[in-house]
Amino acid sequence: MPQPHLMIHIVPGKCDYCGCCVGVCPEDAIELMESKIALIEDRCTNCRKCVWACPWEVIEFHREGVGHLPKHTPQMLNEAVKF
Amino acid sequence: MKNVDYDIIVVGAGPAGSTAARYAAAGGAKVLMLEKDRDVGYPVRCGEAVSHEGVAQFIKPDPKWIASSVSKFRLIAPNGSSVMPKLDGGGYVLERRIFDYELAKLAANEGVEVITKAYVYDLLREDGKIVGVKTLIKDQKVDIRSKIVIAADGVESRVGKWAGMDTTCHIRDMESCAQMTLSGIEVDPDVLDFYFGDEVSPGGYLWVFPKGNDTANVGLGLSVEEAKKKSAIKFLHEFVDRKFPKAAILTHIAGGVPCAKTNPEIVKENVILVGDAAHQVNPVSGGGIISGMIGGMIGGQVAAESILNGNVAHLREYDKRWHKRLGWRHDIFYNIRNAIGSFDDKTYNNICDSALKLPEDKRTLGGIFRAALWNQPSMILDVAKVFLQ
Ligand SMILES: Cc1cc2nc3c(=O)[nH]c(=O)nc-3n(C[C@H](O)[C@H](O)[C@H](O)COP(=O)(O)OP(=O)(O)OC[C@H]3O[C@@H](n4cnc5c(N)ncnc54)[C@H](O)[C@@H]3O)c2cc1C
Ligand code: SF4
Ligand code: SF4
Repeated sequence: MPQPHLMIHIVPGKCDYCGCCVGVCPEDAIELMESKIALIEDRCTNCRKCVWACPWEVIEFHREGVGHLPKHTPQMLNEAVKF
Repeated sequence: MKNVDYDIIVVGAGPAGSTAARYAAAGGAKVLMLEKDRDVGYPVRCGEAVSHEGVAQFIKPDPKWIASSVSKFRLIAPNGSSVMPKLDGGGYVLERRIFDYELAKLAANEGVEVITKAYVYDLLREDGKIVGVKTLIKDQKVDIRSKIVIAADGVESRVGKWAGMDTTCHIRDMESCAQMTLSGIEVDPDVLDFYFGDEVSPGGYLWVFPKGNDTANVGLGLSVEEAKKKSAIKFLHEFVDRKFPKAAILTHIAGGVPCAKTNPEIVKENVILVGDAAHQVNPVSGGGIISGMIGGMIGGQVAAESILNGNVAHLREYDKRWHKRLGWRHDIFYNIRNAIGSFDDKTYNNICDSALKLPEDKRTLGGIFRAALWNQPSMILDVAKVFLQ
């Protein structure tokens, strides 16, 4: 479950897996694999550095929180192919 | 996988990792190189420009990984005027997907084992000591032991952090980049183009690097501090729509370049950082292929020496040799980067005007630098240090 305070959202399907956001994250809160990216939610402090760094505008800041937004996780991919 | 321990594990098979692995193995160590992606050399996140002199110290230039040979720069000011100095010794626009592959083959020829689709997700510890890495190889968790770990995991490096080094790049120093490879356009295959000014990349630059006469890498980088206001992708789309509206887009990538001084710590216990992971990039140009290979070579050599004499404390020598070879220069280039970052369009136009007043044979990069100094006297001391040593 997302932390209630979380305001950072990685938009599903938009990422190029380039690592620019990882390079500026002071909390080591982004996990990046060949074609997977995920926020390590309990580490994120909502500092927004990744939002500013992303060349493709993949990461969004939502002041009201991100609980209601769809997540881009491997589980979600599995669900997507189930239908 | 064979059930063996290694002297050295290299994380990441970019130019820095392959070069570190190659020299470590040549120095007598048993080396394993792990790459998270399916392919070495792909995807390409790079403008692919290098100098002849830089690359030839590691590998004989070969047409199979050279897209264009170049002999000139063109520096284009915001008002459209330009100067075209010679590129001393010449240079190349590479095919990195083949070049990186060849570097990995050179490592393999020295006896390095390579595994792709091998993601390192943590360091392996025993009694508080680092004894190898934890990996996900083709979705299976595998722990692999080694005496030394060389982190060559690029701009997205996390291995150094896990070892206790702070490798976070300040947002002022990180260049947020976007690039397209465009085809069906007209370019001069002999010239590297650099565009400056607020319209294309405030504080940074936009490049058009030819790959033959109808194709080019067109990209730009700007400090994250600037990208806050407008992203790299927006700047790139605007330029391409204006300049190459009919082009076919063959590749489209995002990227980051850590244009900082060398990371304050690049050695900790039995872990060393090389390449982008160590912030071994030329902070003015953002070029990191050759400097990362130099870092990799020194790191690989020192790591092999440490294995042979059984003394991990010898790894400190890597930090010393790196700073003696290139680190000191990057410190100075970093100050120049900060001066250039504050140039406005007027300054660029003035520099170009002054350079154009120079006689043709004086329009070298040095001559243009002097013209730049005329506009920015505070740079004089820093530049003098670079050219006088
Ligand atoms: C848009 C752009 C344009 C550029 N243009 C130029 C240029 O024209 N000339 C120039 O000299 N330089 C240029 N650079 C810089 C250059 O690309 C880098 O400095 C260079 O690639 C650094 O080499 P490296 O080996 O340190 O890292 P990389 O080439 O990034 O290699 C790191 C490798 O580590 C792997 N890896 C990362 N994490 C893990 C993990 N946890 N487990 C396993 N593997 C992992 C990655 O998949 C990757 O293959 C450019 C960079 C960008 C972004
Ligand atoms: S908001 Fe800050 S802490 Fe959270 S992931 Fe982005 S950079 Fe890291
Ligand atoms: S910077 Fe953007 S495109 Fe690059 S890995 Fe992060 S989210 Fe993806």
